[in-house]
Amino acid sequence: MKRLVVIVAAAALAALGGCMEVQQTATPQKQGKYQGKPDTAPWTNAPLAYGDAKWSKGDQAGWENQIKQRNVVQNEYKRIYQ
Amino acid sequence: MARMKFLCDAERCIECNGCVTACKNENEVPWGVNRRRVVTINDGVIGAEKSISVACMHCSDAPCMAVCPVDCFYRTDDGVVLHDKDLCIGCGYCFYACPFGAPQFPQAGAFGLRGKMDKCTFCAGGPEADRSDAEFKKYGRNRLSEGKLPACAEMCSTKALLGGDGDVIADIYRERVTRRGKGPEVWGWGTAYGPGKPGAAPQAGGKS
Repeated sequence: MKRLVVIVAAAALAALGGCMEVQQTATPQKQGKYQGKPDTAPWTNAPLAYGDAKWSKGDQAGWENQIKQRNVVQNEYKRIYQ
Repeated sequence: MARMKFLCDAERCIECNGCVTACKNENEVPWGVNRRRVVTINDGVIGAEKSISVACMHCSDAPCMAVCPVDCFYRTDDGVVLHDKDLCIGCGYCFYACPFGAPQFPQAGAFGLRGKMDKCTFCAGGPEADRSDAEFKKYGRNRLSEGKLPACAEMCSTKALLGGDGDVIADIYRERVTRRGKGPEVWGWGTAYGPGKPGAAPQAGGKS
């Protein structure tokens, strides 16, 4: 009798095992937070070997300065008259 | 911190579609996907025709980011809205939410298959190793990491389309409009830029 109870209990546990909720995502999802792969900032790269860009790898201020210099080329008043 | 923005001057845009072509070429965008397009109103009406180049505006409070069910969008430190194509499920919610129609979906096959969303990246690539083949294939070229600005803006023949640091392009546009002989009478000028002169320091407590 005792043996039968143990077998029934084990079978019930095994059957219920299929009902548990399994995590479906690789990492727990937080609603409203970016879930994808991390990205690196553009200034973490060194400038190309060719070209006139000048900033050192990881230098955010230098990269921003480069972008601003590049921006000024779009201003034809400065580009032509100065 | 630079905040990347686009600004299109409707007085200068001549609907040449050079920006569209530059974008397609630079990022090898597939057939049927237009990350950038030129919209024209009053087409053919003399003196009333205006064109403007539209793409993702990289909103500060982006609706696409708010509605995405898998949270695949993120905003970079320099204000560019990007997304992870590995997470995107192609549901199209972002397309319905975007007021500019920026999200595009490649369609191929006989059954109207809708692929993963594709949009303007401000030529900033995506969440793959910078300048890698994987990044180029999924998101296009990463010009920002090369110290360059988006190809569409740099290619624009009339410089109608400005792209880059929001403060700098606002200065360029302000100087341009002032030289045209316009000022406070321009619609929204005072609201957008205040009564100051080009290059002047912003008012205390004012936002740039």
